[in-house]
Amino acid sequence: MAFNIEKLLAAPAEWPDNGNAKCPVVLMTRIRLARNLTSHRFPGRAEDGERRAIFKQCCEAVSNTGPMKRGLCVSVDALEPLQRQVLVERHLISRELSGAKSGAGVILNKDQSISVMVNEEDHLRIQVLRSGFQLKRTWNAINSLDSALESSLDYAYSPRLGYVTACPTNLGTGMRASAMMHLPALVIASQMGKVVRAVNQLGMVVRGLLGEGSDASGSMFQISNQTTLGESETDIVKRLQNVLQSIVEHELNARDKLQETDPRKLPDKIGRAFGILTHGHVISSSEAMNLLSLVRLGVDLGYFPDTHRVAVDRLFIEAQPGHVLHNSGLIKLESEERDRLRAERLRSEFANFTAPGYAKTGNN
Amino acid sequence: MNAVHRVSVTHVTLSCFFKSINPPPSMASPLKCDLCDNQATVHLTQIVNHKVHKVDLCEFCAQAKGVTDPSSFSLADLLLKASLNPEPEAPTGLRCEQCGFTLDQFEKTGRFGCPQCYDTFTELLEPMLDNMHKGTAHVGKVPERALKRKQLYDRLSELETELQSAIKAERYEDAAKFRDDIVQVREAAGMSATT
Ligand SMILES: [Zn+2]
Ligand SMILES: [Zn+2]
Repeated sequence: MAFNIEKLLAAPAEWPDNGNAKCPVVLMTRIRLARNLTSHRFPGRAEDGERRAIFKQCCEAVSNTGPMKRGLCVSVDALEPLQRQVLVERHLISRELSGAKSGAGVILNKDQSISVMVNEEDHLRIQVLRSGFQLKRTWNAINSLDSALESSLDYAYSPRLGYVTACPTNLGTGMRASAMMHLPALVIASQMGKVVRAVNQLGMVVRGLLGEGSDASGSMFQISNQTTLGESETDIVKRLQNVLQSIVEHELNARDKLQETDPRKLPDKIGRAFGILTHGHVISSSEAMNLLSLVRLGVDLGYFPDTHRVAVDRLFIEAQPGHVLHNSGLIKLESEERDRLRAERLRSEFANFTAPGYAKTGNN
Repeated sequence: MNAVHRVSVTHVTLSCFFKSINPPPSMASPLKCDLCDNQATVHLTQIVNHKVHKVDLCEFCAQAKGVTDPSSFSLADLLLKASLNPEPEAPTGLRCEQCGFTLDQFEKTGRFGCPQCYDTFTELLEPMLDNMHKGTAHVGKVPERALKRKQLYDRLSELETELQSAIKAERYEDAAKFRDDIVQVREAAGMSATT
């Protein structure tokens, strides 16, 4: 193995380190494809031996594709619980996989832009992730990876139902395309309820930062297609693209409106957030998310230089509980201690920040 | 990630109800109405307590029994009143031949056991898909390479069967031809030419 999981986690990642300023509202784009092997039982039904055989076969097939040649294949058994949590917080494995039976695992590439989960709900869950708003590029990347895999794996496929999946809700394309969006102005202006309803009516789903059931801390939302059968991949991508584009416009309008109607509101909120992040000593995870969200908005509005955006995005990930514990090098932390370490990390990071400049405010 | 789906699937399965006004697939012998001798044009399936009840009605009887409003209508009641028994081969214990999965297990987990399950439970699935998705037929990517490979494998096993029976029947000219074909197909499939 060229590198181990700890080295991988420490290396720069596609998200957030490759972020750019082109579309500050969309943090990252992600597409996953559910695939299964014909003539095998689905992971939930297969016995240990069969699952291990599937894992081995898939690992080999995935590792032989061009983009995964120098990837890392790890079984869940071989990971510490904390390492699993870190991978979940980075959206590289699902919670379901992190609690999976034996014979399950993941293949990751070096910059963590590709992760292929094996024996989660389906035999294969292929995921490609890109910083920023890049749905089409993400689709092209995952489409060619999928085609490469198909030349060595016999996928379960039915001409009528498409790619056959363990759960009928994923039939057809087996595709879930999603974008992580930062929508602070819509949240401050109490318009998210309206947005969620409109998005639902268009057949898209809105979730919090950490997936289903998580709250909207940090004003982060994941928006994805709900259905997979009866519409082609490119049509789904196009439709999602339009929905996302329109949410971006709404968010930018809401920002303009807030600045017009109450010019002191945003500078005040953002300045206070900067103060707490720079000088706080005990900060919980959800408080950190909300403060970082405001600073990120401040970067978008030109209060801070653009170069701070990637640093803020990295802190969004590193302020989460698993990452705080992982970075401490300890095995266990009381939550009070964790909040103290989090604040310490934030203070040291924000010591490098320039103080906000409000004189001339751009608004993208 | 399937917590929400599970609920809806279970719900759909339990109260799952569908009605089609199309003629049954076997046009040769049109089904008769279960209550009279007219041709049945309304075909209903309802799943109650894991049992699939089926009934075929003509339009008049369907109207008379109030079948037009599925939500207020219980097929089980109708069946009782008409003193019809649930279909004898009703898939009470419908079980996937490939993996042994049962309807009960699907209702519990919201997931199937193997790809074959989709054939086994196809009748239950059909009405669910309508509620679940934009359409009921796939229109996206096709795994061309995998399908091509499968075609070749299928052709190969076909040829091997024919070869064996040709040898048995001492049709040696045919056997030689099948052997040549096998070599060709094996090459196309990227396998070595001989076994
Ligand atoms: Zn009748
Ligand atoms: Zn099965």
